[in-house]
Amino acid sequence: MDHFFRHEAGKMVSYLARIFGLRRLDLAEDVVQDALCRALESWPVHGLPDNPSAWRMRVARNRAIDLLRKDDQFRYFSPELIQLLRAREDASKDIAACTKEIEDDQLRMMFSCCHPGLSTDAQVTLILKTLGGFSVSEIAHALLAGEDSIEKRLGRARKLFRASGTGLDFDAEPEIARHLEAVHQAIYLLFNEGYHGSQSEQTVRDDLCFEAIRLALLLSEHPAGKKPKTYALLALLCFHAARLDGRMDDDGNLIQLEMQDRSKWDPHLISSGFAFLEKSSTGNELSSYHLEAAIASWHCVAPSYEKTEWTQILELYDHLYRLNPSPVVALNRAIALAKTLGPEEGLAELRKISDSPKLQNYPFYAAAQGEFHLLMGRPSEAALCYQRALALARSRSETNFFECKLKACHQGAA
Amino acid sequence: MAKFMYLFRNNSAAYRSMSPEQMQHTLKKWMDWKDELDKNGTIKPLGERLDGMGKVVRGKSKSVSDGPYIEVKDFVQGYMLLEAKDLDQAVELAKGCPVLESDGTVEIRPFLST
Repeated sequence: MDHFFRHEAGKMVSYLARIFGLRRLDLAEDVVQDALCRALESWPVHGLPDNPSAWRMRVARNRAIDLLRKDDQFRYFSPELIQLLRAREDASKDIAACTKEIEDDQLRMMFSCCHPGLSTDAQVTLILKTLGGFSVSEIAHALLAGEDSIEKRLGRARKLFRASGTGLDFDAEPEIARHLEAVHQAIYLLFNEGYHGSQSEQTVRDDLCFEAIRLALLLSEHPAGKKPKTYALLALLCFHAARLDGRMDDDGNLIQLEMQDRSKWDPHLISSGFAFLEKSSTGNELSSYHLEAAIASWHCVAPSYEKTEWTQILELYDHLYRLNPSPVVALNRAIALAKTLGPEEGLAELRKISDSPKLQNYPFYAAAQGEFHLLMGRPSEAALCYQRALALARSRSETNFFECKLKACHQGAA
Repeated sequence: MAKFMYLFRNNSAAYRSMSPEQMQHTLKKWMDWKDELDKNGTIKPLGERLDGMGKVVRGKSKSVSDGPYIEVKDFVQGYMLLEAKDLDQAVELAKGCPVLESDGTVEIRPFLST
């Protein structure tokens, strides 16, 4: 029953959006909200129906037919739409066909949300709203944005859909392949919002992470998304999610990888990660998801931070940097380099990216410098670095973390 | 033991602004409350179910309309039959009902003894 209402909302909106067309996404959402309300009015008093999912779908369908009969916009073609709505009723006898149809609808919605005319922020917002069944205030809370800015993003999407109609042709293979990249990216971003957004509470962040995994799974089970790259993304998300429980202490402070209690990592998610990683190795494309997943897999199997296969990780980062020469990748590569060749090499590598504007406000650049200085027995230099990191800390947990490090420097200096 | 009816009235707009997740929490509260009643050995799951929608026949003109309307303040959400020691106990048990949290009411009506 976990998140049952939320997930049902996603299924129903996707289904109705296909029937009404994306132009009338608002209508689909209204009908679904109505069906959920009916369930909440009825179920507490009368008990759960035998098949809650079918019950709600029937209510939504009846309500939709009702509205279609009244809605002027649909007057000219509503008999046809009503026929379509009725078709599901007959199909419901065949559970397999029905399940497949529900999956198709959700996939279609996923691709529509990743419309190239929308910013990635808007795509993620729209996915959370339509497929995830999150409310505007819940999305605002999770993405650390104002409700009005979430409303604006959704408004722009609705406007775009009204203008461009039903969106992509789901039966055209090349078109699907072209859009798949955007879908991957949106899922990856959604996960990262949960994984790195250190300001909201743990449960909210976990929700985002597992929503991303649910969508990636859905994608991987569908012919349109069953690609090596999808499996690589899924493997990556599993390896990261496996560590969710180990990376926070009881007070919600971030624990550095080095200090994490590895027995808290989820062995099931780790083995799922490996299963997906294996499935991802069938093609001839080595995507950044493949590389990131492989790096995460080495961390997951390492008995300790020191006994990690740093040489392997460094090699993977070399590949990744060629593919995606971003400052954050360079920073992580420098850390792996320091682990294999020593902190001096790591510092030299960091110096090469010192003027990257992207890292100016990123506390972990200064923190890495501090770490290397500390390893080289220079606690006062290290302290200066950690002070810089502290000034850039974006959350209470980061602040606490750097303060602990600073204390260690002062102890070392004394 | 005496027989009572709980009649639940709710502002039908109360649920409309809820997110699916909040709805699920509310449903869970109802289930927990009913479990609580069950454990008391008092609740009698009698009676037919009410559909949320129906028709309303009104006044001398006998006009028929769809109902109840969405904006109805004291929308009858449903009812439940139970056995309790006395009216006081039935009232006490009703205080745990989640309908009160959305400012709804539980009306407690004793059955006429024959």
